[in-house]
Amino acid sequence: MLGRVADQLYWMARYSERTENLARIIDVADRMTLTPQTDETRRSAWVSALEVAGAQAGYDEKHGDINGPDVVQYLALDPDNPSSIYSSIRATRENARALRGSITTEMFESINATWLELQAMEADVVKPGARREFFYWVKDRAHLFRGVAEGTMLQDEALSFMKVGLDIERADCTARLLDSKYHVLLPASEEVGGALDYYQWGTLLRSLSAFRAYHKIYRDRISASRVAELIILNAQMPRSLRCCYDRLSETLEDLCGTSAPECQRLAGRLHSGLRYRRIDEIFSAGLHEFLTEFIEGNAQVGQQLARDFMMVR
Amino acid sequence: MPETSFFNEMLAEDHSVRDAYRDIAKWLDGLPEGQLALKTEEAELLFRRMGITFLVYGRGGSNERLIPFDVIPRVFTAPEWDLLSRGSIQRVRALNMFLHDIYHGAEIVRAGKIPADLVFNNDYFQIQMHGLDVPGGVYAHIAGIDLVRVSESEFYVLEDNLRAPSGVSYMLENRAIMMRLFPELFDGNAVSPVDHYPDELLRNLRAVAPDGMGEPTVALLTPGAFNSAYFEHAYLADSMGIELVEAPDLFVRDNKVFMRTTEGPQRVDVIYRRIDDDFIDPLAFRADSMLGVPGLLSVYRSGGVTVANAMGTGVADDKSVYPYVPDIIRFYLGEEPILNNVPTYMLRDPEDLKYALDNLADLVVKEVHGSGGYGMLVGPASTEKEREEYRARVLENPSGFIAQPTLSLSTCPTFVESGVAPRHVDLRPFVLSGEDVTVVPGGLTRVALTEGSLVVNSSQGGGTKDTWVLQE
Repeated sequence: MLGRVADQLYWMARYSERTENLARIIDVADRMTLTPQTDETRRSAWVSALEVAGAQAGYDEKHGDINGPDVVQYLALDPDNPSSIYSSIRATRENARALRGSITTEMFESINATWLELQAMEADVVKPGARREFFYWVKDRAHLFRGVAEGTMLQDEALSFMKVGLDIERADCTARLLDSKYHVLLPASEEVGGALDYYQWGTLLRSLSAFRAYHKIYRDRISASRVAELIILNAQMPRSLRCCYDRLSETLEDLCGTSAPECQRLAGRLHSGLRYRRIDEIFSAGLHEFLTEFIEGNAQVGQQLARDFMMVR
Repeated sequence: MPETSFFNEMLAEDHSVRDAYRDIAKWLDGLPEGQLALKTEEAELLFRRMGITFLVYGRGGSNERLIPFDVIPRVFTAPEWDLLSRGSIQRVRALNMFLHDIYHGAEIVRAGKIPADLVFNNDYFQIQMHGLDVPGGVYAHIAGIDLVRVSESEFYVLEDNLRAPSGVSYMLENRAIMMRLFPELFDGNAVSPVDHYPDELLRNLRAVAPDGMGEPTVALLTPGAFNSAYFEHAYLADSMGIELVEAPDLFVRDNKVFMRTTEGPQRVDVIYRRIDDDFIDPLAFRADSMLGVPGLLSVYRSGGVTVANAMGTGVADDKSVYPYVPDIIRFYLGEEPILNNVPTYMLRDPEDLKYALDNLADLVVKEVHGSGGYGMLVGPASTEKEREEYRARVLENPSGFIAQPTLSLSTCPTFVESGVAPRHVDLRPFVLSGEDVTVVPGGLTRVALTEGSLVVNSSQGGGTKDTWVLQE
């Protein structure tokens, strides 16, 4: 397979996964602002959404003032924001168009249909009463992307490069979402472990489709360290860091065979940290520090992959 | 001009239905009210969903367009097709021999059949091709011959396309869409299939691989996703199961061409290129080309790779060489041309120039190097002002232009706003050369959707139709 094609497959999958993650990021911020709180804490939820999405600087330049409707519009539909849902769907589709010869017709048509439906939407799909419906749609289309890929693509390296892209993007987003809790303020009147804190952790779980899973596994009230354990270390939770890296290691094994390139070593190192660490170790060293390091390491795996396989010049 | 002066492919002069269209006419009669509009909409939806689009240059905003598709097929009978295919094949065979000759001994020039400066001073003449023996003596592996019909038995060649003719994906997709929209129409109608075109193409491309290649690797070289015909490039690569490469995917080493793959370099034996001569190798041609592969020409010249179409084929499809094609056929094949050439005035000739300028309102004037329907004047459809402006352009550089009588292009029933009405059409069959010379029974029918218009180019608002060749 051409190195350039591998690179485009990887990015097509990343952008598709990013659309879903962005929907989750905005959704979680939206839900957090629905509880009684001060303007300052409400504001911090939106700032945190912008930070997680890596869109803070762009937003400041365009809008400056933080308010819900502008943030949602900027993250969801703004074509000027290179990491909006709109731009990510467009980038997915542009890659797909360039890749037509390497993906199935079903794959292309499904991606193309997403793009066409998005273009037909009005700006008010993200107004307060309607936006949850829009996020459902975004998630559905991303589920469809993965389903069509699994169901129609040959089980060859093309699919493997897509899978690598999906898991790297997903791990990145999960880590950022968890880290966002670190940035969201609790009002001075609230205490850690209190009702609002509880609500925020619950919201985070919901945004990762893990609320029920949490209760199924722990059968207990929500606590910070358990949420972190579930999201970082649990091997059954499909969006956990551990689970992403279990899959990623497997995919890399398929891709690399016996050649053992550098990206496999980097991924293996991150993977072992997730497999053999305990949550209290992570907490005592600092959750925010751990996540920051993970996000960096995860990005390095992606960069090294390009060097190892894509004959990047 | 009254509609009756054009040959109507469905209705004879006495308003009876011609044989070829008997089933089409019956089908049209039997369609429920509104059905054509419905199916047209459905077709557009399908094209959009499948992303069968082309890019229009030089406009702002969303520049991805659909080529309008007309749901009423254009039909040829077996004897009609026999004439067209024999004529097209004859033409391509002769033009390939012509190309071989002008890049070797140029006997045709020495025999005085064509002026030397038309050949050797031609912008498309590639001196790098001189003395080079290409596999099988084939230069134009893929040729598109643009034909128009003016009467029951008269066909004219408008031009030959020997560089990188496009449009074949529409021949294939239009058929696929028609079969999906109107399966009943194919049931009982013996329409020759066209689906095997990609297989035929691959077979011919493999046949011209450098000697000794057991399982040659073929790749399609595209300028990239922003080229207007990118959909077609991807479509063909996909249907042939070959890699779709861009120039940066290729490199030259040890006098061979390689692709950069995830498993390292892989040798390429045949390059089906859809980029122009000028851009193919920045070392040999345009140094500013970002689309080319440095060193490709030197590998090509030493026989390490085959490029299809060969470089320098533009001489043979140039509008200034076009008037000599009948003589070219006679010279190399010793046969009379099966298809007519349109009488052509070469405005480099003072007498022809005077005649053309005196009769601008009746003639079609084209740029010698133009294509795509850009920069031409259709006399009968032009205004006084347009003619005056064009006259000034011609006078600046007369040898850059040719003029031809306005042909009475035949019409086909076409679904337009006012209902089913006759519209002018042309035809581009695709001739493949390599192992042998063949043409798939079908082609691209382009239709001028505007009433009375004779310009069928998609860049000028033309549409396409499915083209049927009925079996005996």
